[in-house]
Amino acid sequence: MKAAVIVFPGSNCDRDLAVAFERAGFDVAMVWHKDADLPEGVDIVGVPGGFSYGDYLRCGAIAAQSPIVRAVKAHTERGGYAMGICNGFQILTETGILPGALLRNAGLKYICKTVGLKVATSDSAFTEGYNAGDVIGIPIAHHDGNYFADDDTVAMLHDQDRVAFTYDQNPNGSVADIAGILSENRRVLGMMPHPERAADEGHGGTDGVALFRALAGVLTPA
Amino acid sequence: MKARVHVMLKNGVLDPQGEAVRHALGAMGFDKVEGVRQGKVIDLQLAEGASEADVTAMCEKLLANTVIESYSIEMQG
Repeated sequence: MKAAVIVFPGSNCDRDLAVAFERAGFDVAMVWHKDADLPEGVDIVGVPGGFSYGDYLRCGAIAAQSPIVRAVKAHTERGGYAMGICNGFQILTETGILPGALLRNAGLKYICKTVGLKVATSDSAFTEGYNAGDVIGIPIAHHDGNYFADDDTVAMLHDQDRVAFTYDQNPNGSVADIAGILSENRRVLGMMPHPERAADEGHGGTDGVALFRALAGVLTPA
Repeated sequence: MKARVHVMLKNGVLDPQGEAVRHALGAMGFDKVEGVRQGKVIDLQLAEGASEADVTAMCEKLLANTVIESYSIEMQG
């Protein structure tokens, strides 16, 4: 069971994400953004949080054009699993792997705090360790986490049960309180909150552990 | 040869920065401002032979995120 964590100039959650994967039983390879290929046999790709390329132009816009992200896109098009957290979510929307975009927070302030996150569906490899309706405590840390998609796209996400998480109390103006969404095949998750920062007693919370354990359960070779 | 690209949030997409500027102008006594939208201007220095179609492709692929932004191009000499 192998996870790859992408490292961009400006990533700062890459090692935390690697530790969360390792604790759940994954072998983790750190992959530099200039690499054109993922390591052989990768089961899931983690696109971590941070400020890739200094957030120049738009958050995630430059990273979305990097060689490794083309490989990540090909991986997802083959049906591979991937998750993007925070800046990783921004990168996945910039590539078009996930719909919508992340705008500046409605209150214009950078927000760093633990929020109540409602599990909107347990029907995915990422969320099956929770029950739909559970409210878990997960930190957010972003300036541009205001999820936007047009009305048709939001309706489609709801119709297809692709909203993974919503905010219990919307901190940033996201449409329909959306905090995380799934791809159409439910194998790609993008979310602004940081489950890898709620994965150890020392973090002050462990509500993120179930996400990584559930993934490990799904991806364990039978 | 130059091109100037204007990138703006689409109508209907809330522009919180523009709103903050509008509030600040109102607080300063500029009471005739009814709306502010804030965008970006990108100047491109182009080699001879570059066309507007090239700049359009740049906008579609990188300079604008057409999910949330619209763009316009001015080709300049």
